[in-house]
Amino acid sequence: MERVPIQLTVNGQSYQVEVEPRMLLVHCIRDVLNLTGTHIGCDTTSCGACTVLWNGRPVKSCTVFAVQADGGEILTVEGLERDGQLHPVQEGFWEEHGLQCGFCTPGMMMTAVALLQENADPSEEEIRKAISGNLCRCTGYVNIVKAIQYAARKMRETVPAAVGIAGGE
Amino acid sequence: MTTTPIRGLGHPVKRKEDPRFIRGKGTYVDDVKLPGMLYLDIVRSPYAHARIKRIDTSKALAMPGVVDVITGAELEKAGLAWMPTLMSDRQMVLPTERVVYYAQEVAAVVATDRYTAADAVLAVEVEYEPLTPVLDPFKALEPGAPLVRPDREQKTNHIWHWEAGDKEKTDRIFQEAEVVVSQDLYIPRIHVCSIETCGCVVNYDRAIDKLTIWMTSQAPHAHRTVFSLVSGIPEHKIRIISPDIGGGFGGKVPVYPGYVIATYAALKLGKPIKWIEDRSENLQADSFARDYHIHAELAATRDGKIRAMRVHTVADHGAFDAAANPSKFPAGLFSVCTGSYDMEAAHVAVDGVYTNKPPGGVAYRCSFRVTEAVHTIERMVDVLADELGMDPAEIRFKNFIRPEQFPYKSPTGWEYDSGNYPATLQKALDAIGYQELRREQAERRARGELMGIGISTFTEIVGAGPSHTFDILGIKMFDSAEIRVHPTGSAIVRIGVQTQGQGHETTFAQIVAEELGLPVENILVEHGDTDTAPYGLGTYASRSTPVAGAATAVAARKIREKARLIAAHLLEVSPDDLEWRDYAFRVKGSPDRFKTMQEIAFAAYTNFPLGLEGGLEAVCYYDPPNMTFPFGAYVCVVDIDRGTGQVKVREFLAVDDCGTIINPMIVEGQIHGGLTMGLAPALFEEIVYDDNGTMLTGTFMDYLLPTAVETPHWKTDKTVTPSPHHPLGAKGVGESPTIGAPPAIVNAVVDALSHLGVRHIDIPITPAKLYQLLVEKGVAE
Amino acid sequence: MIPGPFSYRRATSIEEAIALLQQYGGDAKVLSGGQSLIPMMKFRLAEPAVIVDINRVPGLDTIEERNGLLSIGGLVRETTLERSPLIRQRYPIIADTAEVIADPLVRNLATVGGNLAHGDPANDHPATMLALRAEVVARGPSGERVISIDDFFVDTFTTALAPDEILTEIRVPAPPPRSGGAYMKFERKVGDYAVAAAAAFLALDEARKIVRAGIGLTNVSYKPLRAEAAENALLGQAPSDELFRAAAELAAQAADPTSDLRGPAEYKRAVARTMTFRALQKALSRAQAA
Repeated sequence: MERVPIQLTVNGQSYQVEVEPRMLLVHCIRDVLNLTGTHIGCDTTSCGACTVLWNGRPVKSCTVFAVQADGGEILTVEGLERDGQLHPVQEGFWEEHGLQCGFCTPGMMMTAVALLQENADPSEEEIRKAISGNLCRCTGYVNIVKAIQYAARKMRETVPAAVGIAGGE
Repeated sequence: MTTTPIRGLGHPVKRKEDPRFIRGKGTYVDDVKLPGMLYLDIVRSPYAHARIKRIDTSKALAMPGVVDVITGAELEKAGLAWMPTLMSDRQMVLPTERVVYYAQEVAAVVATDRYTAADAVLAVEVEYEPLTPVLDPFKALEPGAPLVRPDREQKTNHIWHWEAGDKEKTDRIFQEAEVVVSQDLYIPRIHVCSIETCGCVVNYDRAIDKLTIWMTSQAPHAHRTVFSLVSGIPEHKIRIISPDIGGGFGGKVPVYPGYVIATYAALKLGKPIKWIEDRSENLQADSFARDYHIHAELAATRDGKIRAMRVHTVADHGAFDAAANPSKFPAGLFSVCTGSYDMEAAHVAVDGVYTNKPPGGVAYRCSFRVTEAVHTIERMVDVLADELGMDPAEIRFKNFIRPEQFPYKSPTGWEYDSGNYPATLQKALDAIGYQELRREQAERRARGELMGIGISTFTEIVGAGPSHTFDILGIKMFDSAEIRVHPTGSAIVRIGVQTQGQGHETTFAQIVAEELGLPVENILVEHGDTDTAPYGLGTYASRSTPVAGAATAVAARKIREKARLIAAHLLEVSPDDLEWRDYAFRVKGSPDRFKTMQEIAFAAYTNFPLGLEGGLEAVCYYDPPNMTFPFGAYVCVVDIDRGTGQVKVREFLAVDDCGTIINPMIVEGQIHGGLTMGLAPALFEEIVYDDNGTMLTGTFMDYLLPTAVETPHWKTDKTVTPSPHHPLGAKGVGESPTIGAPPAIVNAVVDALSHLGVRHIDIPITPAKLYQLLVEKGVAE
Repeated sequence: MIPGPFSYRRATSIEEAIALLQQYGGDAKVLSGGQSLIPMMKFRLAEPAVIVDINRVPGLDTIEERNGLLSIGGLVRETTLERSPLIRQRYPIIADTAEVIADPLVRNLATVGGNLAHGDPANDHPATMLALRAEVVARGPSGERVISIDDFFVDTFTTALAPDEILTEIRVPAPPPRSGGAYMKFERKVGDYAVAAAAAFLALDEARKIVRAGIGLTNVSYKPLRAEAAENALLGQAPSDELFRAAAELAAQAADPTSDLRGPAEYKRAVARTMTFRALQKALSRAQAA
């Protein structure tokens, strides 16, 4: 069986692994690199539980082959916290009760992080559109919107460099 | 005196479980990884009804990395081809002769990794002889219909007949009634679709002869008992761990064949086995909710007073009666369908029927069959209002059970604990500006626009339940809590219920904080591990707060009574001279002389009175005296696009009354989520089969979960009417909005079209369905 | 759901990609955004023996106007397209289209070339490109050829591309004065394919009569549909709601949808009519603002 050596930088750490070409990025992250914060919720690229940032863009890692990401930078939920400081998005989800079962939460937060990098002050409508590729079954989205608004406020009040994310654009 | 705030009842305490989730450090079942673990994957039937002629496993077994292929024939030898359901029916684990629904488990492969297992599934060759499926429960009841379950003694597709209420009295009132309205309602099959699917990791440790199962379970103790009964393994040799659960909503109450096959494989192969469903498998084969064909009638006076209700329902339970209803209630609590209205009599009959579909009848974020009940009455009240030309709010005020009638004995035998329905509806109408909305509607109608206002004033019944009436497989539906206070004043609480996102680790800590006067952050809540948690029936049907919440409060009060003795010893007074006030035992008349729980806890280990046992702990198995009856008033405003048939929910206000609120932040979050799971079946979700019984909605491409864009910005408010019998006055809330929202939405859509003669629309109100109606009524664009 | 095994070949130039396609013939599939291909592979609806990854082929991801044409590289991501100031200002119909494809995360990878080359009548760009009279540039072993969009869509999942050709570029005529276009999609929820969708493009002369009309329809036939009769009915006419209603009716008649979970054929035809009418109205307002 064909195996391909690839190099991935995940949350700032470099990994050299060999994978089958068909291995999905999400399985590589979860099963090979043992970063299980990224979840799987469907098989039709619908739910977004597997969302990670790939070279700064939020993508559904169940619909990318790991080999495609060779040489790329991946940011997962485990990479959001820096030096013991929660990312404002993490803080927002906690403060505003933006999660319940927590299963969609990592993907939802990664989408939010990417949104706030591009739009420092999104409206509710913009937030709702931005997270429309991430399904949540518990929260009804209202508090997720509030959580992202909380993070946006917090990030606007903070020195931009302090919340920059390695692997971002 | 402690300076750390207690933050007991009523505080919006940030959730204690969140720090791990927001860091991606939750442990869900698929995150469990054991050395040498093998992966199990399942071969499923492409037919809804077929005889299995042959299963050839040789090609699969020959594949590198494939360890085993398990079939029904092998399980039969082990006595495991069938398993009991929670409804005293039995269900195939793997078939030996025939399959009875599409996507049913046919065989299982075990391989060294999930990719090889997936390949091997395709290499198992199964030869089927297709049989005629029966998919419509009415046809299933006809003579000569194909038999879904020839394994049963009774050669019929009829499972059971169940009735409640006074038939004779009801019929008499209907005969003499001034007005009778009737309506057929179909509440279609839907699926809970927690974002985490189901699965398990099974490890059998030969050295200590112990079976450990990490399982997506809402009821780990009950599941352990079932596993023990099925396998013959003593219960103390089985440990079920329900780790972090990615949503349950009722879908993780049943025992699925995959769990049993994985356990068999682990025991047989002596290796840890992981089985995780794909979303498609989850959607196609796991248990479903609803599928109720309802015929409902109301008898009333001409001025709008409801006198009686008569309901007959045909319940499609699929091929196995594998729901999780209490054993005396095969149709769940459907007989609560008289709702919030006082009437003289009611009669409800339900017939359960087998069809060639996956097992149905589990909940979808609702107490047993209460969604169906509430949908029926809330629609029927509007049907009656339409018949009489009354305003839907007015007819509700006219028929509400009055506050002074509580406790209220319903005509089908329930005793409603407390309520104040008029106040809650009035609050909702005032807040949303009901009269103004009616004026706007009239103006829009004049312009040809379609706008509707819908009301739902539901009563929920939760907290199963009193042991004299409620059991599952004979196990009484109590629930439990165990509290141990450590010497330095922190505590561990173990409960028999299991969170799937409801925030038990926070809420239950707040209950103990309130009762013992210990800061909430010093209280650790554990659950989900059958080796450590006390026995409980699990979390579903909004029973955690009503039952386990009560158990926790009562256990804490037991601790407090012992603490009184220790405080008396420390203060050198009689226990009777002490009173519990402001989170401390104080000497009556000299409140400055007191002992805090922290001081008492230390003394419980270091300086307790002679004759008293040391330590400070208590257990409670709480048997609720009654159910609790949360209620609410919802108002929904919709606009309809005449060019597409699309319904837009413009505004939705939910005023809920769930009694005493423990954590308002969590309660509000539960309501938001529940409303969204009410919106979904009202407008989007439906499980659809073709004529062959093949499911057409087996992925998220066709089974439509609403996103943030389709979901409105929910508005919430509350009234508080405590339960008189619950130690805290709490009632439970997680499911109220799921049952209350659909009729509010449907009533709004029907209201938008009522001037055109539309009286009822079945859910889901899809754009295609609604557009057809607009065409029929001549208002399509 | 796990894709079947395949060999992976990463092309670093267009020539290399074409050579790989020649080498493996029908066993190979081009991977660009992968947002349709990979899900199909998970369900084993596609089981290519070889995947030729063209994502690192340089020069295929530009958006520029030159010689009176808009050129969109085949590898341009939908997100890039929907956010491009050039597209938003000069070709809002294309931005309309890009921003309703699938969902925002899918659009970060999905490419405009893939959306067209997949040949799926449910995809959104085809209707817009039909309305805009675009051209598709294909590169193969014998070099480059330009295919009129009208000749590009052959059948369901079949285009005029040969197995060893790659869609490298889409060319759209620059908008004439007093022109505007719009894409209106009706979907059951975000992420769904269209129940029906319509792309409309209008150009007016100085007398405010319609001199150019383009109407494309999504997901109402076995392949992307251009509603020619509807276009012809608009030409030479002064725009009005009445005229648009008549054109929308003609477009609906041209539609030949199949019944499915999105609704019966008759309903989809009605939605096609509604979407065409609304797209024409919006196109007109943009033309008038231009």
